[in-house]
Amino acid sequence: MAERYEIRFSGAGGQGLITAGIILAEAASIVEGKNAVQSQSYGPEARGGASKSEVIISDAPIDYPKATQVNACLALTQEAADKYSVGIKPDGLLLLDSDLVKNIPQGDFKVYQFPIIRTAKEDIGREIVANVVALGAMVALTDIVSYEACEQAVLSRVPPAFKELNQKAYETGFKKMKELMK
Amino acid sequence: MAKKSALLQGNEACAHGAIYAGCTFFGGYPITPSSEIAEVMSKLLPKVGGKFIQMEDEIGAMAAIIGASLCGHKVLDATSGPGMSLKQELMGYACIAEVPCVIVNVMRGGPSTGMPTGPSQSDVMQAKWGTHGDHAAIAVAPASCQEIFSETVRAFNLAETYRMPVQILVDEIIAHMREKIVFPEPGELEVVSRRKPEVGPDQYKPFDPSFGDVPPLAAMGSDYRFHVTGLNKAPDGFPTTKAELVDAEERRQIRKVNDHAAAIEKNEEYLMDDAEVAIVAFGISSRSARMAVDILRGEGVKAGLFRPITIWPFPEKRVAEIGRQVKAIVVPEMNLGQLIHAVERSTKGSCILDGVGRVDGEPLTPDQIMDKVKEVL
Repeated sequence: MAERYEIRFSGAGGQGLITAGIILAEAASIVEGKNAVQSQSYGPEARGGASKSEVIISDAPIDYPKATQVNACLALTQEAADKYSVGIKPDGLLLLDSDLVKNIPQGDFKVYQFPIIRTAKEDIGREIVANVVALGAMVALTDIVSYEACEQAVLSRVPPAFKELNQKAYETGFKKMKELMK
Repeated sequence: MAKKSALLQGNEACAHGAIYAGCTFFGGYPITPSSEIAEVMSKLLPKVGGKFIQMEDEIGAMAAIIGASLCGHKVLDATSGPGMSLKQELMGYACIAEVPCVIVNVMRGGPSTGMPTGPSQSDVMQAKWGTHGDHAAIAVAPASCQEIFSETVRAFNLAETYRMPVQILVDEIIAHMREKIVFPEPGELEVVSRRKPEVGPDQYKPFDPSFGDVPPLAAMGSDYRFHVTGLNKAPDGFPTTKAELVDAEERRQIRKVNDHAAAIEKNEEYLMDDAEVAIVAFGISSRSARMAVDILRGEGVKAGLFRPITIWPFPEKRVAEIGRQVKAIVVPEMNLGQLIHAVERSTKGSCILDGVGRVDGEPLTPDQIMDKVKEVL
């Protein structure tokens, strides 16, 4: 993987997507020793409305730090799906929350969907970990970092009392995505 | 043992670099997009026995760091364009009173309040000429989170070495993006502190040129007592209007930087050896430019990148040489033409020179730079 790989997490402000981006960047750069740059929506854009966090991963040094052609995009809301599916490269990947995104964006990319937020609420018991469910799913979808590397990055970010919850959320997201891809 | 590393924002890296350099005082007034520097300094300084003060405004913050520096502290202030404009009176004071201090300007759109959350590189000329009167200026412009750390350390070293304010110019993008930082071990990067007096308190003069162009600086509150003013002054620190004394101190303060320009300058060159077109860019624009150079080389265009890391004093000699080597120079910058003036002044018409500017809050893309290169060739 010498080429740059661009991942975009999008949804509404407050859904934890910036944290998801940071964890993925930590998994790639700190755990796996690749190059990674993370950036995010900033200012009014980041407060409610559509918000995004982008991670660029490469074996080579990363010069231009913003997304140019997105390889894989996550969208947790309709607004984010409409706004941020633009820029996905041909044959790219788009993962949607099937409960919240009813109008599926049209384009030259492969769409996957499952109820990400409902999975967090019902399978894990806490809606707040939807971002970690989504992160697990994006790792499964892109295979850009190993399962273990990102799991380590997740666990090093959360307080001890929440490790089990987040580990379960991450694993569940990963497994659901792998089943979808079969 | 492996060195400690972390994924940090540029602003966070700046604060860690300041602590590494020995900073023990931060006076500030938080402003977007620089606020994380103040936030992190407020957490780190108490752990090293330092002091953090949030002042009543940007002017007060600048006054606070000047006072703390005169008391012997290494000091930092962080702001953005609107705050930098307010500080200009005291920037001049720090110049004439020869007070070591480091000021970070995380550039955002302007003039005035501009676009608080949007990136910009439009304070290049302010960094040189923001305050009135003849004065020397040093400004560094890092382009990555790791380099923000190391350039912050170097900015402190330059401030302490030349006894003057040093600015760190970054833009909102590199201030807020996260990259891996490898923390240098203590001793790995050079850390310089100001020269202390070699004479006793009874003989000490704070601006005594017989000790060189950068006279030693005592700490207020110690046994040394001295006068500090914004007026032109004699070697003993008291105001003077004597022509020869005023002339000597004005010239000394310019000379102390000009005579050491080679030691202050720092540049990076990428594929410049056989370049027929040079892109001269700093900060975020240099990252787009480097990608443009790679793509252009792939298309057979002999492009290279010259990146000033110290932007003031501007590397006039080297840029003049480049002007004689290449057919054309392109200057991409997130403003409508500032750095290009320094390039033009250096190359004196020896090659084609054109700029490409962007001021809509988005970074220049490699495509925009490549289009300009193809246009001028």
